Amino acid sequence: MKNRAVSRRRMLGTIAKATVGVWAFCVTRPARAVAEATKELVQKSAAAGAVPGDYDPTAHSWRMMIDIEKCIGCGLCAEACKKENKVPLKPCYFRTWIERYIIKRAEPGSDDARGRTVVDSPNGGIGGFPPTAVPKEEILKSFFVPKQCNHCANSPCDQACPVGATFSTPDGVVLVDPKYCIGCCFCIHSCPYGCRFLDPTTRTVNKCSLCYHRITRGLKTACTEVCPTGARAIGDLKNLAPGDPVQVFLEKNKVQVLKPHLGTHPRMLYAGLDKEVG
Amino acid sequence: MSPELRDTLTEALQQVQGFIYPNELNLVWSVVIVVYPYLTGLVAGAFIMASLVRVFHVKALGPIYRLSLLTALAFLLIAPLPLLTHLGHPERCLEIMMTPHLTSPMAIFGFVYAWYLMAVLLLELWFDYRRDFVVWSRTEKGWKGLLYRCLTLGVMDVSDPALRLDHRMGNIITVVGIPSAFLLHGYVGFIFGSIKANPWWGTVLMPIIFIFSAMVSGIALVLFMYLCVSSFRKVPLNRPCLETIGQFLFYALVLDASLETLDWVHRLYEAEESIGVLVLLASGKLFYTFILVQVFLGTVVPLVLLGAMQVWKDRPNEHVRRDLYFLSSILVMIGIFAMRWNVVIGGQLFSKSLRGFTTYKLELIGQEGLFMSVALLALPFIILSVMLKLFLPPSHMSPPDPPPGE
Repeated sequence: MKNRAVSRRRMLGTIAKATVGVWAFCVTRPARAVAEATKELVQKSAAAGAVPGDYDPTAHSWRMMIDIEKCIGCGLCAEACKKENKVPLKPCYFRTWIERYIIKRAEPGSDDARGRTVVDSPNGGIGGFPPTAVPKEEILKSFFVPKQCNHCANSPCDQACPVGATFSTPDGVVLVDPKYCIGCCFCIHSCPYGCRFLDPTTRTVNKCSLCYHRITRGLKTACTEVCPTGARAIGDLKNLAPGDPVQVFLEKNKVQVLKPHLGTHPRMLYAGLDKEVG
Repeated sequence: MSPELRDTLTEALQQVQGFIYPNELNLVWSVVIVVYPYLTGLVAGAFIMASLVRVFHVKALGPIYRLSLLTALAFLLIAPLPLLTHLGHPERCLEIMMTPHLTSPMAIFGFVYAWYLMAVLLLELWFDYRRDFVVWSRTEKGWKGLLYRCLTLGVMDVSDPALRLDHRMGNIITVVGIPSAFLLHGYVGFIFGSIKANPWWGTVLMPIIFIFSAMVSGIALVLFMYLCVSSFRKVPLNRPCLETIGQFLFYALVLDASLETLDWVHRLYEAEESIGVLVLLASGKLFYTFILVQVFLGTVVPLVLLGAMQVWKDRPNEHVRRDLYFLSSILVMIGIFAMRWNVVIGGQLFSKSLRGFTTYKLELIGQEGLFMSVALLALPFIILSVMLKLFLPPSHMSPPDPPPGE
């Protein structure tokens, strides 16, 4: 009996070890492959476009900075983005757009410091903004806020994608692989910033790719390239040159991100954000 | 800007109130996504009814045991179709199961669905029906005989020990099935509840509300089907069974209404940043579907009707009570459909900037139109009527009798 008990125990032990071994093999194998696969994905995926073969995503870390005080609402960035990335022209598809905020003076006799805020973004700001209907004397201040994908470090869209068509690259960009996206639109709902849309031409989700096909070649994003006032700046935190606009931006400004309470940790940094901007 | 683009922009702005992010103009989840949680809710609720008989030994509900299971199966078979019609690339749908992204609640759907269909419903029905399949395969001729023979899966043993095993397996599967039913619909609630970007959806109560609303709609559906089947077959109603379903519907509705009320009380009391836009949404854009249909017609009226019938057990007479139960079941099903509508469509009507609203235009025809939704809702009833014809002769309304020795 004793021998039988021992042998059974041994057998159970062997089964347990084998199970753990198989499990470890199954789990760690894909885990080991992830780093390599991501790199390969970045280089091969259609979302990334034709990324140069020698580009190493682990050697870069991209950030975009926006200085609200410098934005004049000309809309060139939104227009350039549509042309560069072949975004449908209809006024409900934007990879980047500009919002105009007009904060009114407080009503006479009211206890408020400021009045109502009026926001608009006709055609995403492309072609500039028409004069506002708010009478000039009622305006306390107004400003423009460029918006686009925040390439969040804790990205809710990446988390939500059921097939992994949306993914984060090691260099800090969130991309969509249109050859893999099933078009369920769950990511569109997960994005708190309204940055994603279902592209009617491909029936897949589309959004700002931070012009990945450009930045991996040492070029600026299309929106940064055309900005006449330098309101936008893009830089590589791992390869900052002396006097780099991103370094200057970080040194000179108090920076803020959009909807910080949601814990998405956006990589888009803003200077001069007003509390009304959401 | 070209004149064409200007016209499009003018037209687009007409459907907007206040400010919305430009990409939010069109709703990406349409009425078919309303149908999807509605169907899965009915499945979960109907299964819970069957489990009341099997696990909780509510003997009075015996006559609707098999009806509940078949109803759950008919609706479960159709449940993924709304998702498929909605997908931008339905041909890639299997990627959800082949290469799932495990941080996504939606990726788990394939597994939960497969588990519920394969490991719970089909297995349970098979063990329940095996003896009948064997008997029918011997008595029926032609294609029906062949069908029943195939359904036995070659297991023709109807000895007492084999039947005892069937019975025991049925019990085990039902016990496993109850948490699975909760998982199936709780998970659907989690899909919405986990979206922190949307304050209308992102609440921890969402999965719980979905579970209880699923039970309410499932019980109402079984009540509706029981009354229809009995009337169609001219079989006398089992009065205690009808009254017990009514009782359970009332209790489930009380719980569901309490949870929804708690959700609103909590939102109003906390009065977070989003409360202004949500109150405007509920009282404005969703006035008819929320206040009128969901709250009044779908909750208050049935609560009063069902509540009154719990207080006065013998009045009014049997016929009127039957009609009132019938009316309540329809009202409740409409109310829960309105609840799904308010969640899915309502959650997309306001901007995540919390500054404005867009409008949903329901298409009539098209992949995600009204006709498609009606077809998706009608299909389970068609499947169910075929199943009832094949698998539910009037003598088989009750659960299989436990074999000797159980």
